[in-house]
Amino acid sequence: MGPRVGVVVFPGTNCDYDIARALEWQGASAVPIWHSETSLVNIDAVVLPGGFAHGDYLRPGALARFSPIMDAVCAFAYEGRAVLGICNGFQILTESGLLPGALQKNRDLRFLCKPVELEVTSTKSVLTRDCAFGDRLEIPINHFSGAYVADEETLASLRANDQVVLRYVTNPNGSSDDIAGISNVSGNVVGLMPHPERVAHPLSYSQDGAKVLTSFVNAVLSHAR
Amino acid sequence: MNYSAHVEVQLRPGIADPEGATIERALPALGFTGVSQIHAGRSFRFVIEAPDEKVAHALASEVATRLLANPVIEVATVAIEAAR
Repeated sequence: MGPRVGVVVFPGTNCDYDIARALEWQGASAVPIWHSETSLVNIDAVVLPGGFAHGDYLRPGALARFSPIMDAVCAFAYEGRAVLGICNGFQILTESGLLPGALQKNRDLRFLCKPVELEVTSTKSVLTRDCAFGDRLEIPINHFSGAYVADEETLASLRANDQVVLRYVTNPNGSSDDIAGISNVSGNVVGLMPHPERVAHPLSYSQDGAKVLTSFVNAVLSHAR
Repeated sequence: MNYSAHVEVQLRPGIADPEGATIERALPALGFTGVSQIHAGRSFRFVIEAPDEKVAHALASEVATRLLANPVIEVATVAIEAAR
């Protein structure tokens, strides 16, 4: 049986079904977890999906960080277990301090919804360990606040510790250092703005999302066994 | 005692402000010239109960830095006055 991946659902989350199905295609069992839960029982990995948690009021992720489940998610991450934040999930991870930096409004103040080309720039993370350095992936973005921002010191330490997981080949939103996704130092917590769950099916225009989700499920499996 | 708190949240200097820049670019089209350095931010007002102004300020500052602003990209200024 595949690993049990908890998919956290906040009020306003809207990519939970997509990521659940995409994970199941990679052999995992997806377990929906409502945000007011306080523990993660019998769960091997956690995904914070895309959407508009708590309506994105104040700032994306600012209120979701205070949802009851987040204490358990933080503890889970600190234990070294796999945590993946996609889009709004990435914003929640930065707001809760599990990942450094912040996501700021897109440079041109436009909501961007389009396929983008990404380059794998670290294979240390749970999301990319089955990829090769320099692999090109086509995965769509769908966001208004996706420009990654951090001070120079943080950006330098991200580079030094091999934490920049994915970069945009052509920067769509003004992200510092072309960053599309980062991990924590040990690589078990990953956040990215693109949506791999939308390109994980044989009938979709790309299957590159399946590549990284397979890597994620394999990483969870090797940790769980 | 009740105090009125006014918290203003602005982007840190050096952080790109696409909202301010877009507003600034729109002004010439409306005939406004000579308006520059527009910074977009947010303003919050609330009433806070505290024994004195100093404590009220400290509490409002904590609300500002823990929730209203993201210290990674924003700075908050806090003003307190006795509620009328």
